Amino acid sequence: MTVLHTVNKSPFERNSLETCIDHATDGSAVLLIEDAVLGAVAAGDIAARIKAANGIKIYVLGPDLAARGMTIDLVIDGIDVVDYGGFVDLAATHDTVHAWM
Amino acid sequence: MSDLPPIPPDDDEDDFGVVKKFMYVNRRAPYGTVYALESLEMVLVAAAFDQDVSVVFMDDGVLQIKKGQETADINMKNFSPTFRALEGYDVEKLYVSKKSLEERGLTEEDLLVPVEVLDQAALAALMDEQEVILTA
Repeated sequence: MTVLHTVNKSPFERNSLETCIDHATDGSAVLLIEDAVLGAVAAGDIAARIKAANGIKIYVLGPDLAARGMTIDLVIDGIDVVDYGGFVDLAATHDTVHAWM
Repeated sequence: MSDLPPIPPDDDEDDFGVVKKFMYVNRRAPYGTVYALESLEMVLVAAAFDQDVSVVFMDDGVLQIKKGQETADINMKNFSPTFRALEGYDVEKLYVSKKSLEERGLTEEDLLVPVEVLDQAALAALMDEQEVILTA
């Protein structure tokens, strides 16, 4: 079973991203959407937590980054930026979607 | 009749008399929730009533005044230009948490309005001066 996890809360405000990463298994993917995109441009502890998530592929939704004034060059190395079509592809290529609301 | 309070010398209808020190503390990122936009509406209402308004941006709230917000692809109105219009409503006391900026790798140059960057002690002292504080 491969799972696409989606997280929509800012990691500065809630622990959803951390809990999600803790419960995501190898081969699964995490897509950061809405306020969670702040995790993709974070530094410090949050960035370290994301970089340490071996075996899990992390993506971020581009339009939500742009809305918050963030550009692709600020995104942590190893995180892929996707558009809405990419979101659909991720949902289609994984067996299930787990939304961490 | 004599029990009624005297009519103030200035009874101009735009003069609401009492002016209080209002502080609005913005702690949320824009767009993901409606808090940021609603808080901005409250600031504009207080300004319309000629109140003494201060606005603080801290935690994810600093993102509300980040330059370069492009919201066309999320089909939401980019309300960040409204912060630049606050000056026209005499809302000029804008404060930003130094710690919150640093935590997000941002500097004053990333912000779209002139602000005063303050440390936690300075913000705490400012909060103590207020008569009304609304945090969202």
